[in-house]
Amino acid sequence: MPPSSTLADFQRAFAAALLGEATSPAAQALAMQPGFAVYRNTVLCGCIDALAANYPTVATLVGAEWFEAAAGRFARAHLPRDGSLAVYGKGFAEFLEALEPESGLAYLGGVARLDRAWTEAHVAADAPVLTAASLAAMSPARLLDATLVPHPATRWASSPELPIFTIWRRHREQAPLDAELEWHGEGGLLTRPGAVVVWRALDAGAATFLDECARGRPFGVAVERAFPAGPEAGIATWLPALVAAGAFTRQEGPSP
Amino acid sequence: MHALTAGLSLKAEHYQEALVCPAPGLWFEVHAENYMVAGGPRLAWLEAIRAAHPLSLHGVSLSLAGADRPDPTTLAGLAALVGRIEPTLVSEHLAWSRHGPNYLPDLLPFPRSAEALVTICAHVAQVQDALGRTIALENPSHYLAIAGHEWSEIEFLAEIARRTGCGLLLDINNVHVSARNTGLSAEGYVDAFPADRVVEVHLAGHRADPVHGERLLIDSHDAPVAAPVWALFERFVERAGTRPTLIERDAELPPFAELLAERDQAHERLAAVVAAS
Repeated sequence: MPPSSTLADFQRAFAAALLGEATSPAAQALAMQPGFAVYRNTVLCGCIDALAANYPTVATLVGAEWFEAAAGRFARAHLPRDGSLAVYGKGFAEFLEALEPESGLAYLGGVARLDRAWTEAHVAADAPVLTAASLAAMSPARLLDATLVPHPATRWASSPELPIFTIWRRHREQAPLDAELEWHGEGGLLTRPGAVVVWRALDAGAATFLDECARGRPFGVAVERAFPAGPEAGIATWLPALVAAGAFTRQEGPSP
Repeated sequence: MHALTAGLSLKAEHYQEALVCPAPGLWFEVHAENYMVAGGPRLAWLEAIRAAHPLSLHGVSLSLAGADRPDPTTLAGLAALVGRIEPTLVSEHLAWSRHGPNYLPDLLPFPRSAEALVTICAHVAQVQDALGRTIALENPSHYLAIAGHEWSEIEFLAEIARRTGCGLLLDINNVHVSARNTGLSAEGYVDAFPADRVVEVHLAGHRADPVHGERLLIDSHDAPVAAPVWALFERFVERAGTRPTLIERDAELPPFAELLAERDQAHERLAAVVAAS
């Protein structure tokens, strides 16, 4: 594109006016026309609608008015980079965490991370699921040195202090919202073993184990690091549950 | 006659009914970007629909009228989807929607200059090369008076089609909306549109602006096709014959049966033209 391009100049002025920075005379002339608001609204609503679709639990928790205001602020600061808005909004959870003084909801960021987990799991690549049978076929010695590779659709999120998974799943499952909440840390695991995304609670030990697997650590190392994190349930409980949920796609190494 | 008569834009809420719908001549169109994902149920649904019905991919983010070349990731994603789905039609817009690294989710206007013509033709050619097929280019809705046009929109589209071999998508609701907003004759536009290049027609609903009323119409796709748009469609079909015609609906989604009834209205009109010829 030549630096003297009038097409590029026009688009620079137009984009500036869209985002409320109509400083040049050309941009001001455009922005003064009544029809310019149609473009402004369409661009902003397109971003807000995509965020509402990708963070539906957050949208329900805070209500339409608060959500639109927060999503609008996020969108102005972080416009989409990709024409596919199916995963627009990376970083929205952290943005909401920073807004906690305004929302008054300490768990909003954690719930947003679970919404994000669902959205990413839904559109992740297809891949086979590692079965309990193929894991059982390995000798204990080989298993210790093997790496379990998380399935492309496997996502997890935890909070050390807040019941984010219970809050999230009550909305997703349209369960009664007024039941008593136990205020302690929780995690959730989302997987896509078949046609749909499914979820289950994830204890802190299992979450650490998944973190270590995702870093490519061998099974033996991942188990060792998981133990201090979650004394509440042993590996004998959560490893079969992770495998049954389809959390892994395959094991790698060591050579037989 | 075309195997395709009237089609419907397809939304996730209607997958099951769409999949088994036996209406003659029926086809579906989706926004390509909604399916430019790595995997999962969305793509599986689309493949199931494609196995049962003809399918059209309608792109909204290639930004063909942008000063910058089409985003390589978006173009590669579209090429992969086209390869996987083998759509009957592929279309995009005479508009831009990218600025620097950002995607602005709308179809934005520009001055139709000699420079823009050369730029857009290069982008259309690049896309057609990447896809290994021709695409159709749609006339957008207009809301502004823009200074610096050197071409009328019709002459501009016809010239792009001549230089690149691309087809044209005539959106008759956009014609109505733009004519009202910018003070042109919608009938004159439809009469002058190069019919021999038209491979698809769009019909959709619009809405009056909440502040400015009927003086500013918005291409909202959230209502049934309006009477003046049906009349323009009649006018085009009488002159040019039948084309695959889409009822576009993106918001305020009614039940599938209601959309299908609107589609049947277009289907019957097209079938009557064929019967009379």
